[in-house]
Amino acid sequence: MQKRFGWVLSLLALAAISCGAKIDPNQIRIGEFGSLTGAQATFGISTDNGIKLAVDEINAAGGINGKTLKVISYDDEGKPEEAAVVVTKLITQDKAQFILGEVASSLSLAAAPIAQQNKVPLISPSSTNPKVTQVGDYIFRVCFIDPFQGQVMADFAMNNLKAKTAVILRDQKSDYSMGLADFFVKRFKEKGGTILLDQSYVAGDIDFKSQLTSIREQKPDVIFVPGYYTEVGLIAKQARELGIMAPLLGGDGWDSSKLYEIGGAALDGCYFSSHYSPESKDPKVQDFVKRYQAKYGQVPDALATLGYDSVGVLAAALKSAKSLSGADVRDALAATKNYPGVTGNISLDANRDAVKPAVVLKISGNKASYVTTVNP
Amino acid sequence: MEGFLQLLLNGTALGSIYALIALGYTMVYGILRLINFAHGDIVMVGAYAGLFTALAVNGPAHPDLFHFFIVLLAAMAVSALLGLFIERFAYRPLRNFPRLNLLITAVGVSLLLENLGQVVFGATPRVFPDIMPSMNWFQFGQVAITNQQVTVFGTSLFLMVVLEWIVLKTKLGRAMRAVSYSHEIASLVGIPTDKIISFTFAVGSALAAAAGILVCISYPKVDPLMGVMIGLKAFVAAVLGGIGSIRGAVVGGFLMGIAESMVVGYGSSTYRDALAFAILILILLFKPAGLFGKYQPEKV
Repeated sequence: MQKRFGWVLSLLALAAISCGAKIDPNQIRIGEFGSLTGAQATFGISTDNGIKLAVDEINAAGGINGKTLKVISYDDEGKPEEAAVVVTKLITQDKAQFILGEVASSLSLAAAPIAQQNKVPLISPSSTNPKVTQVGDYIFRVCFIDPFQGQVMADFAMNNLKAKTAVILRDQKSDYSMGLADFFVKRFKEKGGTILLDQSYVAGDIDFKSQLTSIREQKPDVIFVPGYYTEVGLIAKQARELGIMAPLLGGDGWDSSKLYEIGGAALDGCYFSSHYSPESKDPKVQDFVKRYQAKYGQVPDALATLGYDSVGVLAAALKSAKSLSGADVRDALAATKNYPGVTGNISLDANRDAVKPAVVLKISGNKASYVTTVNP
Repeated sequence: MEGFLQLLLNGTALGSIYALIALGYTMVYGILRLINFAHGDIVMVGAYAGLFTALAVNGPAHPDLFHFFIVLLAAMAVSALLGLFIERFAYRPLRNFPRLNLLITAVGVSLLLENLGQVVFGATPRVFPDIMPSMNWFQFGQVAITNQQVTVFGTSLFLMVVLEWIVLKTKLGRAMRAVSYSHEIASLVGIPTDKIISFTFAVGSALAAAAGILVCISYPKVDPLMGVMIGLKAFVAAVLGGIGSIRGAVVGGFLMGIAESMVVGYGSSTYRDALAFAILILILLFKPAGLFGKYQPEKV
C-alpha cells in the first residue's frame, strides 16, 4: 500500500514539474519540428543546427527587447502523421508562440493547417512546394518555390547542357517531387524541349532498374530526378550500372552529405539546384560558414543555412512587431523586405513566399561545386 | 528486345531474393500452419547483422568472396538464433491454442521487431558497406550482367538446392516432412517434434538473413522498416506458388520478381505494388491452393 502511494506521489510530482516549469515571461518560446531521424534525417539535423546557432547568437547578443529565445524541438521522424502530432503538442502543451519547421513539403503541409487554426505563425525554412503557404495567412517560408526551381533547372538543362530531350523520374508520394517535376516539364516543353518519358517510384523503393531500363531505351540527354537524397543515391548507382551516362538533374532535395555516401562516384557529372553554395565569395556567407564550422565541425549545407535565416527573419519581425501576439508578428513577418540573409536578400511576396536567387551545383568527387546563380 | 532481356534479368535477380524469403514462409507454414508475419523483419535483422559484421571485418577494404561469405554466414547465424528465440518464447507456448492466437502473436512479434529496430538502430537509413563493388561481367549489346546479379542469383540457387537436399534426402528432412504431416503421429513414432520445429525456424530465418544480405549488396540501404514491403511481397510469392510447397515458393518468387520488373518497364511504376496484390487475388480466385499447393478441404 505504502509503495503504491509513493508511486502516485512521484507521478503527481512529475506532472507538476512538467506543467509548471516551462512558462517564463522573459522567454519567447519557439517550437521546432523536423525529421531528426528517418529517411530525411540530415535535413532535420542540419536545419536544427542552423536554428540553434542563430538562437544562441541572438541570445548572446542580449536577446530581443530583453527577452531570450527558447527553442523547443521535436522529432517527426519524417512522417506526416507524426508532424501533425508534434505540432499540436508544441502549440497546446508547450505553448509555443511561433513555429519553425520542416524541410519536406509533405510534412509542412501536414503541420500548417494546425498552426493556421491556432493562429500561430509558422515559418518553413525550406519547403518549396507552392501549396505550403497557400494553407493560410499565418504560414511563411524563407526559400524560393518550385515553379522557380523547376524553371531554373529546365533552363539550365537547355542553355548550359544543350539538352533537347529529357525523361522524368519522380517520387509519386511526395508533394515536393510531384510539383517540381510538373514545373520542370512545363518549362522544358515551353522552350521547345521534348519529354520522352515520365516515370515514377515511391519513396522507400530500393529497386529502380526496371524504370531505368525503359529510360535507357529512350536515350535522353538528361534525366530529371526531383527526389530526396536516399533514393537519388540509389538511382544514380543503378543508372550507371545499366550503362546510362546521361547526367541526372535534381533539386534541393539532393543537398545532403548522405547523397554521396550512397551514390558515390555514380553521381559525378550530375547537377542540382539549391539555395546557396558555401563556396560563394560573399563575406556574409564566408563569415557564416566559419562560425558554423567552429560550432559543428562541418560545412553548412543549404538546409542549415535556411534554418539559420528562418530564425533571422523571425527575430527581425519580432523586433519590428507592435507586440508579441501572433497577429502582430504575423503582420510584421508579412512586411519582411530585403532582410539580408545568408542565402541572399529575403523579401516576402503577397503569397508569403521568399523571392530570391537559386544556385546550380555540379557534383564531382563526392563534392558539390558552384556553377552559376540564377536570379528570379 | 534488349530492353526485354534486361528487364527479365533484373526481374530474375529480384525474384531470387523473393524466392529465398518465400521459402521461410512456406516452411513454417508447412510445419505449423502458421503465417509467420515476423519473417520480413528477420530479413531486416539479418541485414543489420551483416552491416555490423562488414564494418567489423572492414569489408570495404577487402572486396573479395571470402569476406562476403563471412558477412553472409554471420548474418545467417544471428537470424537463425533470433528465429529459434522467437519460436521458443512467442510461438511454442501458444502451440495448443487456437491458430488465430498464434497469428496475432506473429503480427505482434513483427511490430515489436520493427519498433525495437527503430529504437536500437535509429530510424535513419544506414548505408551498407560496399563489400562487393559493382562490375559488369558480361555485356551483350546493351544488356549488362553485373557481378552482384550473378552473386545474388548464384547464392540463392545454391541455398535452394541445399534446402531441397535437406528436406528430401536427409533423415532430418524426413522428420520435417513427418511433422508437417501430423505432429501427433510424428511424436508417436519417436520424432522429437519440438526440435524439428525449432530447426525449421532456424533454417527459414537463416534463409531470410541471406536474402537480407543479397538485398543490401545490390541496394545498399538498411533501415528498420526495410523488411515490411519485401516480406509482404515474398508472402504473396509463397501463396502464389502454393503455401507449404517448397518448389511453389521458388517459382512464385521468380514469377513475382519478373512480373514486377515487366510491369514497371512496360506499364507504369504506379502499379508496381498493386500488381503484387492483384496477382494474389487472381490466383486465390482461380486456384485457391496456389500453383503447386494441394487443396485440402477442412476435415470436420
